[in-house]
Formats: sequence, structure tokens, C-alpha cells
Amino acid sequence: MREGPRSFNRLAQPIKTLAQRFAYLGLVVTAVGLMILGKVDQLLMDSFRANVTDAVAPILSAVSQPVESVSRAVDHVREIGRLQQENARLRENEARLLQWQSAARKLEAENKMLRDLLHFVPGAEPSFITARVIADTGGAFAHSLILNAGARDGVTKGEAAVTGDGLVGRVDSVGAHSARILLITDLNSRIPVLVGPNRTRAIIAGNNSNQPRLIHLPPGETVAPGDRVITSGHGGAFPTGLPIGEVATVNDNGISVQPLVDRSRLEFIRVLDYGLGGIVRAPETDRVSAEDAKAGIGKGARRRQP
Amino acid sequence: MTSGLWHRMDLLARQLTPSMLTLALVVINAVPLHVPGLARVAPLLPLMAIYHWAIFRPRLLPASVVFLIGLLQDVLGGTPIGVNALVFIAVYGAVLSQKRFFMGKSFAIQWLGFALIAAGAMAISWAAVSLLSVALVEAQTVVFQYLLTLGLFPTVAWLLLRWQRAFLRQV
Repeated sequence: MREGPRSFNRLAQPIKTLAQRFAYLGLVVTAVGLMILGKVDQLLMDSFRANVTDAVAPILSAVSQPVESVSRAVDHVREIGRLQQENARLRENEARLLQWQSAARKLEAENKMLRDLLHFVPGAEPSFITARVIADTGGAFAHSLILNAGARDGVTKGEAAVTGDGLVGRVDSVGAHSARILLITDLNSRIPVLVGPNRTRAIIAGNNSNQPRLIHLPPGETVAPGDRVITSGHGGAFPTGLPIGEVATVNDNGISVQPLVDRSRLEFIRVLDYGLGGIVRAPETDRVSAEDAKAGIGKGARRRQP
Repeated sequence: MTSGLWHRMDLLARQLTPSMLTLALVVINAVPLHVPGLARVAPLLPLMAIYHWAIFRPRLLPASVVFLIGLLQDVLGGTPIGVNALVFIAVYGAVLSQKRFFMGKSFAIQWLGFALIAAGAMAISWAAVSLLSVALVEAQTVVFQYLLTLGLFPTVAWLLLRWQRAFLRQV
């Protein structure tokens, strides 16, 4: 840039500073405006978020892969050191699990018999999509993950995200090939649950700590530490019976739940689709219902294809 | 002619690095590190870079870029959009207004300055997120995140200073 005459410069400098001040104030006002806009029009912000996440997803995916390999290698070395201990523990576990297996087989047979007796209509089997966690954006203010699968892979908003251990969270926003999972520990997460052997209804509410809380218990109902917490399926968002965690402490401050899923070990997550039977199975279901209709069987008694 | 062009491109590339490094820290912040318990209190790396460049090379990291980096942090971090954008430019503005105080001071003073400014940043985030979610964010995790951010500051600041001395001496 060419320097102007001195007198001009003397005049221009304060104007430039003033303009910079205004630009700065403009940015502050825009930021506050965006916050309010996000509160007013959540859909707009969701789609903005999804689009930007989509654009960054390939970078995140590329960066997260080597990090994952390193962490796996570290885990591997650590495991070698504990091999003997681990072996003893697993042997013990196996003996116990074999007993459970025989109990489970007996119960399964009994369950099947009772179902047949009652003409029980089973719920839809879920189809699922497995995706890799490409971002675990930490911090004290929001608990969410980003997956490398999106609308193109069949992920839709509101579906349950699980691992083998239990419920992770729900799909919060979906881009073309990325999706955000709101963890059950997030401040904005509310999931209807059943607690303990009495199947007490409650809501599990995240509070940005690692132990979410149980709220809205029916008056007079009690829960105890160690009670299992599972999804209730009320509200239609989730299927019934997905394990979430165990009641950890019960005191005056409230009831806290220890989730079954260890957030630091999440690498792959399954997104469950309990919708209308899923895209793949749709024609088959149609055919079955057509046959049922021909045979004069009511809609309620539709049988599933094996 | 060609050497002039090369020189200009080289200069431009160097001038872009402060913004790019800050952007990279946002992405690094989002990568799952699989360290137990870390995700909840992950240190705010971009905040350190913004503080550093605002003191040493504010011309190369303009307020508008800081704002956009804050937006990206919001998008990736899942915080309400606008919160980190506001926090980052507030930090940027606060440092610029006190720039004369920071220039040429010892590292300990800079660290202390960061401690104060990061505390303010955390307070703004806490208030904004609590207000927007109509629920109080647990203060304990916020304090842990603050302490971790503070503890990691010397490492990141040292790396950025090395970068500055190596590539941005004349810029």
C-alpha cells in the first residue's frame, strides 16, 4: 500500500481505528445474534452445523485414524503386561457365564413357550449402521461425538446410538456423510427410562458430568444403588430395553447413574433403526403382509420372516 | 520477475500460518484421543493460540478470522452456535487492548495474563451455555478444564514461539 501525505495520514488514522472498533463491535453483536437465532430457529442452526461438519468430516476422519492406531498400540502393550491376571479373570468369568448360559437357555425356551401361548406380537427387529467415531469434541460445555456416516448411509435424526455395552446417545443432527451424536451425559439429553426390578418410570437427564441424574420419579417410588437403568421406549424415540447404566448413588442431591459405556473407548458405534422395518427389509414385509391379508390374518398377528 | 513472485508467495504462505495453526488446533481439539476422562475436560487449545497471536502478530490473525474459528469450534464442539465465537473475539479484544502491557514481559507474566483472560473466557462460556440451555452447567468440570488449559499453556506457547521465530521473523 502506498503511503499518503502526512496530513492525510493524520486524519485517516483515527477513522481507520474507529472503523476497526465498529467492525469488532459488529462481530460481537453477530455472535450474540447467532446465539439468539439458534434459540429461535433451531432447524436452521442444525442444518448449518450439519453442513459445516460435513465439510470438515474428511479432515477429521484422516486425522483420527492414526491417533486411533497409536492408542490401540498403547492398549496392546498395556494388555501384554497384564496377560496372566487377565487370563485368570477370564477363566473365572467363563465358569460363571456357562452357568448363566444354561439358565438363559432354559428361560429362552420357557419364554418362547409362553409367547406362543399368549400369541405375543414381537416388535420390529432393528436394522443398524456401524460407523466410526471421528470426533469426540470434549469440554465442559457439551458432550457429543461425530460419526463418519450420515443421511446417505441411512442415518436419520432421533435414532439410538449404541455399543455392545449399552446406549451411547441419540442422533442429534445429520449431514450427508456425517452425523452428530448427543451423549446421554449432555446437558440437553433427556431419555425416558425404567429403573430396577420394579420398572420404575423416570427420566435420565444429563448434566455435563460423567454421571447423569434420574429425575421425575413417580411419588413414593424408591430406587437403590445397583439398580439397572434401561430405556423405556416411552415417547417413541427409542426401543424398550436398551441398557444404559446402573444407579450409582442415591442421596439428597439426587440419584446419579453410572453409564455402562466408557466414553474414552468409543471407536465404532452402531446406529439402530427401529423405523418401519428399514429400507432393506421393506419389500419383504410388504409381501408378508399381502400374504397375511390373503390368508385372512389380521394385521396384529403378522409373523416375521426368519 | 519470477523470484519476486516466489518471494511474494513465500511471504503470503508465512503470513497465513498463524490462522492455519489456530484452525489446526480446533481440529486437533476435536480428535478422539481415547484417554480415559480427558474428553470431559479437554483443554481449549485454540484459546491459547488466539492469545499468543493477539500479543505477537495480531495483524496476521484478524478479528474476522478469530470469529470464524470460534464458529468452527462451536460447530464441532456442539456448543450453541455463537458462544465460542463470542468468547474468542472477547479474548482477542481483551489482549489487544492490553497489548502494551504484554509486549516484552517475561513468560511468567504472560502466563498470569493468560490465567486471568482464560478465567474470563470460561466464565463467559459458562454463563452463555447455562443461559441458553436454561440449566446450570456443573462448575466442577469447568474448573478442571480451566486448570488443564492453564497447565498445557506453556507447552503450546513454547511451540508457537518456536514457530514464530523460525518462520515469522520478518513478517
